[in-house]
Amino acid sequence: MDLLNAFVALANFVLIPGIAYGSQLALGALGVTLVYGILRFSNFAHGDTMAFGTMVVILLTWGLQVLGVSFGPLPTALLALPLGIAITALVMLGTDRVVYRYYRMKKADPIIVVMASLGVMFIMNGIVRLIIGPDDQNFADGARFVINAADWRAMTGLSEALTLRTSTVITIVTAGLSVWALFWFLNKTRTGKSMRAFSDNEDLALLSGINPERVVRVTWIIVAALTVIAGTLYGLDKSFKPFTYFQLLLPFFAAAIVGGLGNPLGAIAGGFVIAFSEVGVTYAWKKVLGHALPDALEPEGLVQLLSTDYKFAVSFAILLIVLLFKPTGLFQGKSV
Amino acid sequence: MSAPFLIGEGMTGGYGKGPAILNDCTIAVNPGEIAVIVGPNGAGKSTAMKAVFGMLNLHKGRVLLDGEDITALSPQQRVIKGMGFVPQTHNIFTSMTVEENLEMGAFIRTDDFRDTLEQVFTLFPILRDKRRQAAGQLSGGQRQQVAVGRALMTKPKVLMLDEPTAGVSPIVMDELFDRIIEVARTGLPVLMVEQNARQALEIADRAYVLVQGANAHTGTGRELLADAQVRQSFLGG
Repeated sequence: MDLLNAFVALANFVLIPGIAYGSQLALGALGVTLVYGILRFSNFAHGDTMAFGTMVVILLTWGLQVLGVSFGPLPTALLALPLGIAITALVMLGTDRVVYRYYRMKKADPIIVVMASLGVMFIMNGIVRLIIGPDDQNFADGARFVINAADWRAMTGLSEALTLRTSTVITIVTAGLSVWALFWFLNKTRTGKSMRAFSDNEDLALLSGINPERVVRVTWIIVAALTVIAGTLYGLDKSFKPFTYFQLLLPFFAAAIVGGLGNPLGAIAGGFVIAFSEVGVTYAWKKVLGHALPDALEPEGLVQLLSTDYKFAVSFAILLIVLLFKPTGLFQGKSV
Repeated sequence: MSAPFLIGEGMTGGYGKGPAILNDCTIAVNPGEIAVIVGPNGAGKSTAMKAVFGMLNLHKGRVLLDGEDITALSPQQRVIKGMGFVPQTHNIFTSMTVEENLEMGAFIRTDDFRDTLEQVFTLFPILRDKRRQAAGQLSGGQRQQVAVGRALMTKPKVLMLDEPTAGVSPIVMDELFDRIIEVARTGLPVLMVEQNARQALEIADRAYVLVQGANAHTGTGRELLADAQVRQSFLGG
């Protein structure tokens, strides 16, 4: 029995990856929840818009790399991020202008707008594949590790290594800053408060003289920022592949719904619930249990509840449980 | 007598393309007055007020605010012109604090609204105590105070209340009426729709009894309370 090594293994394979993945999901789910709260529809194009925004960042990163610009130990992609956000925001505002605004003016049923967003999803999907192709793209550069396995062992003398990758640290720090900025904006600024008011009670917001088109524009810009940040962090942490980004739609929605649709705090909580469930269920616990349990009880199998191929089943299962037993989510959101 | 400050004149119309609910209905209010619209269920009381506020299509008639024809304006544009409207339901931002609700009321104002906030807190002292609390957690009467306070934050030229005492206890109702009288004494014209006809008529300087979307009786509140026909038909003798 060796609890210290068990904890290090747990941190290395479950806690740290879970926090990083949870941060990425939280940012994605925040985008979903903001669109739902303010534009009042489920945006199916969210995953592919994220792929689009990340693609823009990747192209800009390659451009910077060709020019010989680097960000020292940090990935060059961070330098490309602001411009990537700006371009994606323009694309989202353009999409709103040519697609969603029409349905908003017609006061179309949400389900019709959802279908429209499905169309936007296919178009975004096609554009991304046309420009960058369907394959994996790796665009991470800079230092790979903050703490690598050899250093850790030399430092602590433990047999289990705790590695801390640069992308993980960047993910957690950036996500934290983004969330802080978002909440500051929503709670402290006049525009942010008007967005919350609009989400809370649209008719009364109109009576108070809040300009709905302005609220919608600001929402798209914020959603663009959150989405591109989430996509870039995910790409740096793992890799960029358009299909994977499309698939992320499910955990995003699961996270947003688990937390309570329309509730930003819920989206963050939901992101971590989904991330830890996914990592926890698909992780092979043999190593951790091997350290934590007495030798006699050491498991022979991998103690992996579900193969990683099935990780989306976890989101689905949680989604179903929440919809059946607590349709408004953990934090009071709107019921679906 | 000069033309009233706010008047919906000869209004005929209904919702969307539906049938007319109002038939040649006239509603008016002057500064310092409380005008009350009463009538049986389905008489078009709320509809008449919504017509004045531009929430339905008028086939005939017009709405004048301070001599200006505002018939063609949307409700939002009328708010900017100085009309404060408190809907009957969904009249607060439940997830926001009391203070944020009032701030949102002042959204169209670009000047410093702290003095107005102070006035609202003086008028409704309970709101000052609860200003950091989510408005959705308040009691029915307190919510109505938030709703009226929110409308007052725009510094309106006229205040319109759609059944402000719906669903509150009689004690709270009396208190709300007292507050509304206080608001009217500052010179602000108040137009309101009320279910509690007797209490409303008691405080009305000008009262309209509507029946089937048309003016049935008009007069001061006292006159109508004394009117045998009005008493017989709505006030239960």
